[in-house]
Amino acid sequence: MSQLTLVQAVNDGLKSAMREDPTVLVMGEDVGPKGGVFLATEGISEEFGEERCFDTPLSEDGIIGVGIGLAINGMKPVCEIQFQDFIFPGFDQIVSEAAKLRYRSGGQYTAPMVIRTPYGGGIRGGLYHSQSGESYFCHTPGLKVVVPSTPYDAKGLLISAIEDPDPVMFLEPKALYRAFRQDVPEGVYRVPLSEVRTVREGEDAVIFCYGAMTGICEEAAKRANETRGAGVRVVDLRTLMPLDEEAVIEAARQCGRVVVAHEASRFCGFGAEISALIAERALDSMEAPIARVTGFDTPFPNTLENYYMPDARRVLDALEQVLDYE
Amino acid sequence: MTDTLQQVLAPDGQKVGRAPRLRKEVLLQMYEAIVRTRQMDDRCMKLQRTGKIGFSIPNLGIEAVSVGGAAALDPTRDWIAPSYRDFGMAFFHGVTAEVMMNTQFGNAEDNSVGRQMPVHFSFRDPVRFLSISSPIGTQIPQAVGIAMAMKMRGEDGVSLASFGDGGTSSSGFHSGMNFAGVTKAPVVFLCQNNQWAISCPLDRQTVSDGIAVKGEAYGIPGVRVDGNDVLAVYAAVAQAVKRARAGEGPTLIEAVTMRMGGHSTSDDPSKYVPAEMVEEWAQKDPLRRFRTFLEAEGHLSSVQIEEIDTRIAAEIATAGKTAGAKPRPALETVFTDVYQCLPQHLVAQRDDCISHYSSRDEEVDEKGEFPL
Repeated sequence: MSQLTLVQAVNDGLKSAMREDPTVLVMGEDVGPKGGVFLATEGISEEFGEERCFDTPLSEDGIIGVGIGLAINGMKPVCEIQFQDFIFPGFDQIVSEAAKLRYRSGGQYTAPMVIRTPYGGGIRGGLYHSQSGESYFCHTPGLKVVVPSTPYDAKGLLISAIEDPDPVMFLEPKALYRAFRQDVPEGVYRVPLSEVRTVREGEDAVIFCYGAMTGICEEAAKRANETRGAGVRVVDLRTLMPLDEEAVIEAARQCGRVVVAHEASRFCGFGAEISALIAERALDSMEAPIARVTGFDTPFPNTLENYYMPDARRVLDALEQVLDYE
Repeated sequence: MTDTLQQVLAPDGQKVGRAPRLRKEVLLQMYEAIVRTRQMDDRCMKLQRTGKIGFSIPNLGIEAVSVGGAAALDPTRDWIAPSYRDFGMAFFHGVTAEVMMNTQFGNAEDNSVGRQMPVHFSFRDPVRFLSISSPIGTQIPQAVGIAMAMKMRGEDGVSLASFGDGGTSSSGFHSGMNFAGVTKAPVVFLCQNNQWAISCPLDRQTVSDGIAVKGEAYGIPGVRVDGNDVLAVYAAVAQAVKRARAGEGPTLIEAVTMRMGGHSTSDDPSKYVPAEMVEEWAQKDPLRRFRTFLEAEGHLSSVQIEEIDTRIAAEIATAGKTAGAKPRPALETVFTDVYQCLPQHLVAQRDDCISHYSSRDEEVDEKGEFPL
């Protein structure tokens, strides 16, 4: 057991998986001797050699397309896309190829691979180093979409993603890379995909969130408890696709008042899916309209970043709105 | 090397270059694959015109590229990452007309389970012929990855990426070539330069001096070969395969040919292909050329030619009838193979779907045709 940051836990997860399975490879821009721009792959090429952890040309289309070929032919590539904002040249390979290969070949060919990428704001990265594109991927059948919010989960979910038989988008909230440390067991352990984590118990309202919003929502829930004694449950979704729908419905039914929070812009954002799901299946348990706390429907600004990203106060406002509704 | 057009057989079938050493059985296997491809084209056109299948892709004129390329591969260790105009690659390696017709009809035995349009074949056996997708050039970096995996494991297999002249403008061509150059992956890039990308002629696709020269910038040797000369294509691909197996890296082969039919069964090429160009290329027909050579070498008699034509015609007609009579895939197959295991939301959607369609009192309007 050691105290690791989230990015160290990702690193440890990669190394643990690579020690266990010789077909696991790490590839991407600057992932070799430099160890990646965020140091997520630090020390990997030293330990495993540059055959198993290699720098690629600057081509997301190539990284993902070549990764798919490696996966088709028996390897387990973990492709790093330096920033999720840069993934779009490889979008065709993700959406048209990795996601559909099993389906279109009736299972003759599959692309079990992981595409890891830092995502979200909080580093003053402006339009092109801050985006949250999870909805693009969640809207593509055949992909799994995973977002950790703690070091423990980051490692355990990453190992599950690497062992998964289907392609997994592993979105790492870069704002949390070095935000805090947590005890992380050594060696291989798994956090199962498609299971939510209840961060905080409560029965008066529930906040559904993931990634960097999780800690912010926890803070808002604490403040609601301190100021008005409300018991607010916080549910970290962890896997967005396939979503643990039953857990969402159950929490919504038990609490009756719902806030959904994410950094991504609102329209067709993941909060819309959660809201629709609850409207379809738990409307009779709702005691207040659902409130969404999200980024705005604009590109991601730089100077005013902290006004764009929801903070605890914005979540708290939404929480008070649903708690006060009669 | 990139400037000269490598040729073994002149358009009239006379030997003008050094013929690769191939056993008679292999030569006849190549010949039959060309005949089979041509007859499959004819049959699919008729099936499409009579509304039995929705779509097909004519291979007329380019058959020697697919067959010559495929013949240089060893199906026990090599891979094919095909384009959609590569029926001959599958036929050469023994995929049967019936298996291909299953995809044309999208029936329950189709390897793609009726999920793809016709022509988008996927075979694993008797040859690894990677599932075809419609976006252009996506198979090129995948072929490089497949090749890299073999190299990493110390295997001596090779992967062949097939694409057209239009495909050389795709991002996959450039990223794939560049990755292959950098990694020295054992891959063969076979460009079927058939002069047309739907209606876009080669000189609007690229102003470079042909395609082979494009390898140079990636540190990959380029070869130009007469694509209507099956022996020249075979020789060039065999040489590239040998280099790749020996760890010398990738090769780009430009096989110069001409698409003599439309882009697809729904395309009318007379609107944009000059008639004189068709006449000129008709003189270079790859089937006639190879047949003349085989006859001159004493490998084929007129009786055998007749026998092969009749046998294959019957085989393809039967395949069409058999595949057309098979049931279509069960409704639940809409939901399988999205993931290895069916997630809970798909279980719910499948159950709703089956319950709806099994209980409703209104027929589903099954009309639908592909307009392009």
